[in-house]
Parts: sequence; structure tokens; C-alpha cells
Amino acid sequence: MNAWEVLRFAVRGLTANKMRSVLTTLGILIGVAAVILLVAVGEGTSRAITQNIQQLGANTLTISPSTSGGGGGGGGFARALGFGGGGGAGGQGSGPRTQAKDLTVDDARALADRNNAPSVRSVSPVVTAPSQPAVYEGASHTIQQLVGTYPAYFETSNKPVVKGGYFTADDVLAARKIVVIGQTVAEDLFGAVDPLDKQITIGGVPFTVVGVLKEAGSSGGFQDADDLAIAPLPAVQQSLTGFGPLGQVIVQATSADTVDAAQDEVTSILNQRHGITGTQAADYRILNQATLQETVATATGTFTVLLAAVAGISLLVGGIGITNIMLVTVTERTREIGIRKAIGAPRNAILGQFLAEATMLSLIGGLLGVALGVLGSQFSVAGVQPVVVPTSVMLALGVSVAIGLFFGGYPASRAAKLRPIEALRHE
Amino acid sequence: MNAEIPVLDVRQVTKVYGQGDATVHALRGVSLTVERGDYVAIMGASGSGKSTLMNILGCLDIPSTGRYHIDGTDVGRLDERQLAILRNQKIGFVFQAFNLIPRMSALANVELPLAYGGVKAGERRRRALAALDLVGLAERTRHDPNELSGGQQQRVAIARALATAPSLLLADEPTGNLDTASTLDVLGILDRLSLSGRTIVLITHEDDVAAHAKRVIRLVDGQIIEDRRQAAVDGPPPRHAEVTA
Repeated sequence: MNAWEVLRFAVRGLTANKMRSVLTTLGILIGVAAVILLVAVGEGTSRAITQNIQQLGANTLTISPSTSGGGGGGGGFARALGFGGGGGAGGQGSGPRTQAKDLTVDDARALADRNNAPSVRSVSPVVTAPSQPAVYEGASHTIQQLVGTYPAYFETSNKPVVKGGYFTADDVLAARKIVVIGQTVAEDLFGAVDPLDKQITIGGVPFTVVGVLKEAGSSGGFQDADDLAIAPLPAVQQSLTGFGPLGQVIVQATSADTVDAAQDEVTSILNQRHGITGTQAADYRILNQATLQETVATATGTFTVLLAAVAGISLLVGGIGITNIMLVTVTERTREIGIRKAIGAPRNAILGQFLAEATMLSLIGGLLGVALGVLGSQFSVAGVQPVVVPTSVMLALGVSVAIGLFFGGYPASRAAKLRPIEALRHE
Repeated sequence: MNAEIPVLDVRQVTKVYGQGDATVHALRGVSLTVERGDYVAIMGASGSGKSTLMNILGCLDIPSTGRYHIDGTDVGRLDERQLAILRNQKIGFVFQAFNLIPRMSALANVELPLAYGGVKAGERRRRALAALDLVGLAERTRHDPNELSGGQQQRVAIARALATAPSLLLADEPTGNLDTASTLDVLGILDRLSLSGRTIVLITHEDDVAAHAKRVIRLVDGQIIEDRRQAAVDGPPPRHAEVTA
């Protein structure tokens, strides 16, 4: 009995019961395809989220005041994430550091200095006025946050306008009362009416709408990212927040590679201006977008692991299916094994045949599963484009083939060890 | 192949099934020698131990005590692998229930022991076809077992048992599941095989079948109670002339 002979016997064994062979193959196929698809969807989702975060504002540093350790002014991180919701009074001497200095427009100007900070592309000082009542011809809406800033803010924080336009540096210098509103604000105040050039009252002060932001969608979290309005910095300071400290300064680096350099430059400029030396804790904090991305990447990694776990369970269930059918197959053919032994089949020949059958079933099923999984990953699922992970392919294929081999081989080996008469009496 | 060494040499073989109260003594010390060219019929009622003896002779089962030699080889000393070779080369077994492998053609079934014996494909086919020709089934080599009548299936089984040219042909009630005409076919084949010098041991409970053998052994309760010779070992089987006539 050479290998070729064993293979021919195996093929004959498989074709002898086509239905059973097809069903076994199908079970393996589904298990493998499920693993590959689920992991691919997980990976695709994770990449989509990462991409979204990059869109939120790539290469940016968010500087916010800090009371550095203890005392009031907690929640600085949350403020930073929410682009300064209620951050107007941050760092206002409520902490133990009486000498803490606020972030000022002068700080922002210093950061924009090309010589001292060559890695910085743009600087947007930001003040935010939370929960501002807005009225338009009887319709009213509380804007979650009104942002006062410079034009660069739109690009830096990735908030493009879909209708109308942005305000300009001139508008900022002239402190014009104009505003760009988010989708939620537009819908609540105007409904179907075109909001452009209409005048709304925010906190009792009239503003003219010049643009509507593109819908950001609910990008997770409890805040509606579309419930905001953006106006020139001095206009907001004049009318609503006063010329106090800034809530944040958002700095955009010249490229992804220079974010860390920009952070160093910003740190040294601010340390100098705020008189922070040596071991003294800084009275501001810098949130690096890259750091945020890492955090989120970890989170989405967890998500992928979760999907992989689900996939693993389906592989396990598929594996039990394979196990079951292999056990049944061998048990059902114990008598045949007895006949073969009675006419002088060596144990290895019998074992070889059953192992070859199991290998073929698992391999064919596994490879078809891989094909189906990879094919299925070409279509987007619920807006997510799956990305096939090679490791998952290897793992799914390996596990199913291993299960097929073991549970095809083990009972066959047991049956091959029986005395022929015992196998023959088996019904 | 020394003629003085008997093909079968069974000494004080016993077989016990079960334990305690459920103990069954299927064989209670059977001794038997069969010379080359003999045609032996083992008779007995059901439960007499004849099938147990047959399974031991065919190396399908192992005795509880006693020794057993085939062609001078002590079967008790063989390991699993050597036993497989022995079953393949020395013994051809014909079952009452035919025991062909389903969904394999008659030819493939007959080729099977040759394949396990390591015979090359061309030679294998030639010998399998020759064996099928010998049992008169040269025309039906491509048929699956379920497309053949019982008599034809049993003839395929005999061809399979003969394919490796074994020293010993064992038949466990080969006509038990067959009608009269098929029974005559099969017995005619066995007679011809005996005439050509093949050693045959068969089990039966029918006197008509036993009448074809050169020697009849009767088993009762696991012991031999009668050993009667009907024809000389080197002569023709007693009923050969009638069957062929």
C-alpha cells in the first residue's frame, strides 16, 4: 500500500457517501468562513474608527489650562475632548497653585511665531460658552456650546461647512457678529428654511448665520457633535464670555511627523511665558491627538478581540459538528473496518485511509471556507469594509483541519485496534 | 511447503466469554489437525461453538487458552502486524453474510486483499479477474454488490478469499443465506477448488452441505464428538461427480 493507493481508497470512501461528505465539508466551510468574515469585519471597523478619529483633527495638540493636581478645575481631560465644554474659567486660581497663569490670546500669538515654533502650522485660540439660548423668529434652541475662535479652527478640528461659508480673519479683527452653526442647531431653529444670512439671537446678542457645518454624525459619546455654533473669537468674548482667559488653544502641526516636535516647541514657549522651570508642574496640559489615537486603537483592538471570540465560538461549534460527523462516520463503518481487517488489511492502511478521508474533507471544506470568507470580505457590511486578517485565515484553517484530523483519526485508530471479530459484530 | 507439516494444527483450544455467573465456555478444549488438500466440514447445532472455532481458525479472534499453528507458524506468537499479513496471505475467509464492501465494484472488492498485500495494480487486476473467472463471474466485474444476487455476491466473496492464493480457505456457513440453486453453485465451486488441491474448512449445519466434504467433524457443547472421514485426503471430494454431472 503506497500513499497513492491510500489516497485512492480515501476518495472512494468519500464518494461512496456523497451527501455525508458534502455536509461535513459544509460544516467546516461555514466555521472557517465565519471566523474569517467576523475578524475581517472587526478589523475593518477598527480601521474605519481610526480613520474617523484622524478626520476629527489630525496632527493637532489641544492645550488647556490645568490646575495641576488636586483642588478644583477637575475634568480638564473631558473638557479637552469636548473642545472645551464649560472650559472658560479653567485654571482660575481655584487650585493650590496661586501663581498659575491663564492661557491668553498672547500665548496663542507666541505659539504662532514661525521662528520659535517652526513645526506649528496654525494656532486657534478657543473660548467656549456652554448652553447658550438661541432664538430665531419664535423658535428657540439651547446651543450646547458656542465656540469663539479663529478661522483656522475649521480646518484644524475638521469641521467643514456644507452651506454658506466660513468667517475670515477680517471678521475676527472686526469682531463681526456672525456665526457658523451645526446641523442640529440649523434644524431646530430653521427647519426647512434656509438659515443663511438670517439673524439669530444667541444669549440676547444678534448674530448673522453665514454657514452651516457638515453633519458630523453622532461620533459616539453623549454629546451631539452637531449641536454647536462657531463665531469669531472677539465677537464671543465681547458679547458673552468677556475677555478672560482662553478655554483652549488648538495647535496644528505641519505634518503627522512633526506633532511631537510641535509639542516640544509649544511646551518650551509656554514654560517660558508662564515662568515654569525645572520640576515645577505646568499650569497647562497638552493633549496630543496621536496619544488619543493610541487609546482608541486599544479600544478598537478590544472590539476586534470580541469579534474574534465570537468567531472562535462559531469555529468551536463547527468543530463539534466535524467531530460529530467524523465519529458517526467511523462508528458506522466499524463493520467495514472489520471486513478489511479480516481480509488482511494492516492497521496502518486502515488508519491511513481514514486519516486521508478526514484530511481531504477538512482541507476541501477549509479551503472553500477561506475562499468564501475572502470573497465575502469584498462586500461592505453595514457600511464597514471588512479587511481580511491573514492570521485569522491561517488559524481558522489550521484549527478546522486539526479538529477534522483528530476526530477522524482517533476513532478510526480505535476501530483499527479492535479484533476483527469485534469490529465485524458491530452493527 | 513441507507436506508433513499440517496446514492447521489446533491444540487444546478453549474460549471463554464473559465473567462470573455469565461465563460461557464456547470451546472446551478442541484439538484438530488438517492436512494439506483436505476438505473438512465442521457441523454442530447453534451454540455448539463452531463459529467460535471458525473465528479462531481465521485469526479473527484469539483463543482463551491453547495453541494454534497455521502452516507451522504459531499464531499466538504473532503481533498485530504479522497477524494482518497472515490473514492476508494464508487465509481466505468466506462469511455467511458475504461481507462485501458496499459501493465498491465486484472487481474492486476482489482486488482489495491484493492491494493490502502490496501487489502492483496491473498484476492485481489480472489475478482478481482470474479469480472472478474461476467463480464464473467474469461478466459482472463492474457491478456493485447491491446489483448482484446473493449467490453472485457469495461467489464474489469466494473470489476475494481466493485472490491471494491462501493455504487455507475458511467458509462460515457459506450457503446459509442462499437458495438451493445458488447453494449448488457455491458447493460446485468448492468441490472444484478441493479437486485442484485447495485446503478447505467449512462450517455448516446442513447434512447436504457436509456430504460434499472429505471429512466431517461434529461439535457439541464446545467439544469434538465425532470425526468421520468420507473420502481420502488426496482423492476427489465425494460428491464432485454428482454436482458436475
